Order: sequence, then structure tokens, then C-alpha cells
Amino acid sequence: MPRIRPGRIIAWTLLLIGGMIMVTPLLFMLSTSLKDASQVYDLRVIPQSPTFDNYIEILGDGRFTRWFVNSMIVAVIVTVSNVFFDSLVGYTLAKFRFRGRYLVFVAILSTLMIPTEMLVLPWYLMASQFGWLDSYWGIMFPGMMTAFGTFLMKQFFEGVPDDFLEAARIDGLNEFTIWWKIAMPLVTPALSALAIFTFLGNWTAFFWPLIVTTSADLYTLPVGLSSFAVEQSIQWEKIMTGASIATLPTLIIFLILQRYIVRGVMLAGLKG
Amino acid sequence: MATIELDRLIKRYGQSTVVHGINLSIQDGEFVVLVGPSGCGKSTTLRMIAGLEEISEGEIRIDGRVVNDLQPKDRNIAMVFQNYAIYPHMTVADNIAFGLYRSKLSKSEKRQRVEQVAETLGLSQLLERRPSALSGGQRQRVAIGRAMVRNPAAFLFDEPLSNLDAQLRTQMRIEIKRLHHRLGTTSVFVTHDQVEAMTMADRIVVMREGRILQVGTPLELYEKPVDVFTARFIGSPTMNLLPASLRDGGADLSVGGSVRVPYSSATTSDILVGARPQDLVPTVADPQGLTVSGTVVVVETLGSETLVHIESAGQTVIGSAPGRQIPRIGEHMTLHASSERLYYFDKATEKSLAVR
Repeated sequence: MPRIRPGRIIAWTLLLIGGMIMVTPLLFMLSTSLKDASQVYDLRVIPQSPTFDNYIEILGDGRFTRWFVNSMIVAVIVTVSNVFFDSLVGYTLAKFRFRGRYLVFVAILSTLMIPTEMLVLPWYLMASQFGWLDSYWGIMFPGMMTAFGTFLMKQFFEGVPDDFLEAARIDGLNEFTIWWKIAMPLVTPALSALAIFTFLGNWTAFFWPLIVTTSADLYTLPVGLSSFAVEQSIQWEKIMTGASIATLPTLIIFLILQRYIVRGVMLAGLKG
Repeated sequence: MATIELDRLIKRYGQSTVVHGINLSIQDGEFVVLVGPSGCGKSTTLRMIAGLEEISEGEIRIDGRVVNDLQPKDRNIAMVFQNYAIYPHMTVADNIAFGLYRSKLSKSEKRQRVEQVAETLGLSQLLERRPSALSGGQRQRVAIGRAMVRNPAAFLFDEPLSNLDAQLRTQMRIEIKRLHHRLGTTSVFVTHDQVEAMTMADRIVVMREGRILQVGTPLELYEKPVDVFTARFIGSPTMNLLPASLRDGGADLSVGGSVRVPYSSATTSDILVGARPQDLVPTVADPQGLTVSGTVVVVETLGSETLVHIESAGQTVIGSAPGRQIPRIGEHMTLHASSERLYYFDKATEKSLAVR
């Protein structure tokens, strides 16, 4: 048997503990979703008499489906918008020389230093004056483009050799097509990462959707789930069931895009 | 097919001027190599021809038409880049077909053209592969294919062989040369490698600090360099330059001895006498020529010849001995060059005394 070095054992132990700390809440979420209300405070991981009643009830409840769809609409549109606009602006800042370029970049970056809490009030006033309160657009507009995404994409586009773009210019592509057909495929890993971040961020967003929506029909999933905790007493088993279902899309998105991240990294290693 | 003319071409970046008003006329079908050390403005000049760099002053004409304000795509030229610039997310066939992006050919005609080009370049078996599955040489061939497929008026090469290893470079050099012979398309090739310049060019343009020093066939540049820079830049190993002081009909060398000088100078008595290592040999052919004696310090055996570095009066001089004659280090040796193989330069201006 090969000797195992003590360093290894320590590393593995630490990783194991870390892994368990991260997995435990997920396990309890799943386990609670399989319990009925009377067993919720019984902290056994494996429920005594597991039941799918919660799932049947939640999925049968029209409100939940509605919230799920709302969240999906918001997260997908905001993600697509971010991937498109952030990379368009990032590309422009990275690859074109124009007066004030640096100033624009710094201005965009500086918005990262303003905490969301400070922005919520102006956002709300803006939404209210434009009549965007209690609408999809009201939920989405603050996140349609982000400084972080622009910064991320700019950094990645800077790594794309100019020769690629110049070759395309000589071959007769216009600037927009060069960006879309040549530059974008070369930064797939960054696009995937940005898509995952944006989707996750919007799928789990709570604070802003809570403030901007008033009718239950427009709640996103997190806001809707939280309403289980206020209307009657806290219905943990319902919340956990909803949360379990809510993790599925993020899991799927990650599994799909992960492939591109890995492939993208391999592409980036090429000379050509 | 096209002629390319550069007329008082200037390029400035802010305050600094990198190309100082150069004039050059390239004939239809000619293979011209711009050569010089890095920073000499050769790539900038090529990029101005391509339209990738704005022209600060002067004019570029392709086939008589001023192209200063034309977009790269409207100049009907094709360019091959140093790092190939073939798209990693497309197959070889798609990459080559990209050269036809703006062409109005039908899909099947395009496909046919791509196949023809692939055939010419030996890429037929690789059409469905991605660049990641190709070797460096194959990738550069794809880049050339993309340039060829459009039948451009001129090819522009920007150090296309620099990323290849020595053996592949030699092979691609020959391939590009043969291709040019077959297609006869006007080509401008930029390199810092004088061997590439010598072996490929119909005419070489030697550049330094944004100026053209000399234009000529490889042999003209080798035989009649106008100044010390060109003399040292062309030819390998570099030409030996020995300080000497001019007197009536001859010059006294600082390493000892004297040579006959067929030129006179009204302005200077300090000159440099040049001799290429290949012309500096152990046998005496011309008693009026150059003779240098010294101690052997380095011997480079090349097989076909042996390069001998000898030290004489504090100066190292490189000569050549026949391949099988390998001197020992520390040995005393005398090298000779006949007088018609010598070059003479003004030491102060570095200009050749032969050029008036």
C-alpha cells in the first residue's frame, strides 16, 4: 500500500469538514421537504415517515407555479441582457481606442462601490415615477446591465489577440459581426461564468423584487416562498419543499454551462 | 495582380514619427521583402498598406488607385499574420471559406474554391478538423489558404514564419516561394530574418528607424551595401569591419598591414574596411588584398566549412576555413581576402565609399 503523507490527511480532513458544512443545510432542506408539519422540529436527517405530500401540495398550488415562472422569466431575460450588453460594452472598452475610454471605464467601475441598499430608494422612486412598480420590467431594470459583468468581459476581451479581429476586418466583416462571430466565441468561458453568476443572482434575488412587487401574481420564487412565513405561522416544510424545487434550475444551468467553461479554458491555451 | 506604390508615406503616433516619408514602388507580381530590426517601421508600413493603420501623411496606391481612405476590406488584399489568426472555433474548411465572406459566389462554388485551395496546400484531409488538432505548419497553411481563396490583388505577410521551429520555417519558406511562383501574385513580406529575406525576395527593402536604407535584389544588397548597417545586416555571419586610416591609394589597418583602396575621400581619412567571413580564408590569392593574423579563439564547425574567430590587436575577426580543416584554439593563424572582395566605408557617416 502506498504511504499516505500526513499533510494529505490533514488536507482531506479539512476538505471533508468543509464539504459537510456546505452539504448539511441542503440535506436538511431535502429532508424537511419530505416531512409533515408535525415532524419539522424532529431533527432526524432521514424522516420517520417520508411523504411527498408537500410536493404534491406545492406543485398543485397555482401560486407556486406562477412564482416559478416569474422567477424564470426574470432570471432568463436579465441573464440574456447581461451577456449581450456587458460583453458589447466590455468589447468596446477593450478593443477600441477613443477619447474618454478610460473615463467611461472608471465611471462604470465606480458604480461597484455603491452598495445596493443605497440604490434601492432611487430605484424605487424611478420605478414609481415611470410607472414600473409591480411589473416585470420593474423587477428587471436595475440588473439589465452590470458593472461587474462589463468589467469581467472587458478583461477577457483584452486577452483576445487583435490579429483575429484584424484578419476578420480584412476579410470584410463589419465591426458588429466581428464582435458577434469572432470575439464572442473566443470568450465562451467568460460568457458561461457571467451567465451562471447572473442567473443565480437573479434567481435567488429577494430584496428588490420584494420591494418593487405588491401583487402576489408578480412575486418571484424567493419572495413567494417567504410569504409562507408571514401569512400563517412559519410553514417550514412548505418553504423547504419550494426551496428544493427552486434549486433545480440553477443546478441544470450549471451542469449545462460547466462543459463550456472546461472547453473554453482548453481553447484559451491555443496559440492560433 | 497589382502594383503597390508608397509615396512619401509618414506614420506618426502622437509626437513620435515611426515611418519617415518612405517611397517605394512594387511591381506587379513582385515578391518584396521588408527587412530590418524590430522597431524599424516595417510592420507599420505593411499595416498601412493593409489599411489596419491610418496614414499620417503621404499616399498609398494599389494598381494606381489611391487607397488611403479605403477600408481594409475594400483594398482587395489578403494578409497572413504572425500568430496565424485562424479561428479556433471553426473547422479548417470554415476558416478557409472565411476568406470568401464577402464574395457573392454560391455555396457550392465556395465549397469548390475551398477544396481547390486545400488541395494546393495539402490540407484536403484536414478540412473537417479544428485548428487545435493541427500542427504549427498546418495552421499557417490554413492561414495562407484563407488569404489565397479570394484571389486577392496582393498578399501581405507579417512575419508569418516567426512562430515556427527552424526546420518548419525552412520548409514553409520554400512552400511560400513556390506558391508565389505559381500564382504570381504581388507579395509584400515582412521579416526580421535576413536569411528569409535573402532566400525569398525578388527585391529586398532594408529599413531602419522608419527609413528605407536600401532597395535591391538580394545579390545587389550582398555585393553593394550602401552603408555599414546593411552590410552587417545582410549575410551571416556578419561582415568584419576593420578600422583603417586612408592615405594615398591605400589604407593602414589598425590590426596591422595595409590594403589598396580604389576610392578616395575628400572628407575623411578614418574608414572601415569590410570583409565577409566567407571571403576571409587561409589561402593567399591576392597579395594586394587584406591579411589578418591572430590567435584562434573560437572554432565553429559547420561541416561544409569551419568558421574561425581569430583575435588580432584586440579585435575579433571571423574567417572561414574548408570543412575538413579544423584549427585548434590558441593556434596562430593568418587569413586573407582578395581586394575585389573588400568593402570600404566612411567611419563617421557609415556610408559606403563606393556610393557617391
